[in-house]
Amino acid sequence: MIGIEHYVVVSAILFVLGVLGIFLNRKNVIVILMAIELILLAVNINLVAFSAFLGDMTGQVFAMFVLTVAAGEAAIGLAILVIYFRGRGTIAVDDVNRMKG
Amino acid sequence: MIQTLAFYLFAFLVIASGVFTIMARNPVHSVLWLILAFFNAAGLMVIVGAEFIAALLVIVYVGAVAVLFLFVVMMLDIDFAELRAGFVKNFPLGIAIALVLLAELVLGIGAYRAGAIELGVPDGGAAPLMDRTNIESLGAVLYGEYLFLFETAGLILLVAMVGAIVLTHREQPKGARGHQNIDKQNRRRPNEATEMKRPEVGKGVEL
Repeated sequence: MIGIEHYVVVSAILFVLGVLGIFLNRKNVIVILMAIELILLAVNINLVAFSAFLGDMTGQVFAMFVLTVAAGEAAIGLAILVIYFRGRGTIAVDDVNRMKG
Repeated sequence: MIQTLAFYLFAFLVIASGVFTIMARNPVHSVLWLILAFFNAAGLMVIVGAEFIAALLVIVYVGAVAVLFLFVVMMLDIDFAELRAGFVKNFPLGIAIALVLLAELVLGIGAYRAGAIELGVPDGGAAPLMDRTNIESLGAVLYGEYLFLFETAGLILLVAMVGAIVLTHREQPKGARGHQNIDKQNRRRPNEATEMKRPEVGKGVEL
């Protein structure tokens, strides 16, 4: 029988891969968004695994909420990306300095 | 036995496709690897008994989010080779940080194994229903204790939808093709928009 540690290890590796993806593709916003999706997927695996092993449905409810936020974030992020590309003709994140932040 | 085998297969595939997602040269390939990762994560959740979340993962992530990514990647005309410029330069730092993070996370599991951490005990208020499917137990909790949070999630999706439309919508200038005249649309009546014709047999209709 698979223990909960196995699930936690898989989700930890997936989480770290997402963080690594953000570091490696620092210029490409699309891949950064995909790396964020990987991180959220790791969180979901963790929530569902704990929910199943502890016998408590709350974890799966919260996995649904994480899914909601991930969908909304992808939609808004890509919309911002599209209007940014219309205005600048590039999506390199290094050049995002219009707000002088 | 078969469960263990399936777990290791799905776990290996989800991690491998995660690696390829962040390493692929072409973002279209990245999206396709991401889809594979989602499918295998759904498989992991089926093994553990959460069928509904697994189905949601396939429907929402693969059916909506990944396709949205695919659309945007293919729509924007971008030189992706140029965007990869810092890849090799960032590699050592990224790997170092990733390894430190992974070591910390695995140390947590080691602490649990050694007995320093105890998992919380559920109060039983949201325990899965006996002799019921996963989706029935989930529905009982979702439409009971978490009803208002569920409604709020729907509201968040609505706001995200309106936001995305408002951000990307371009108003067409007056007179241009695609300009929307709402007054004109509202004034339209059925009798001026439709017409009854009785064509003779064997003859078409002149429009």
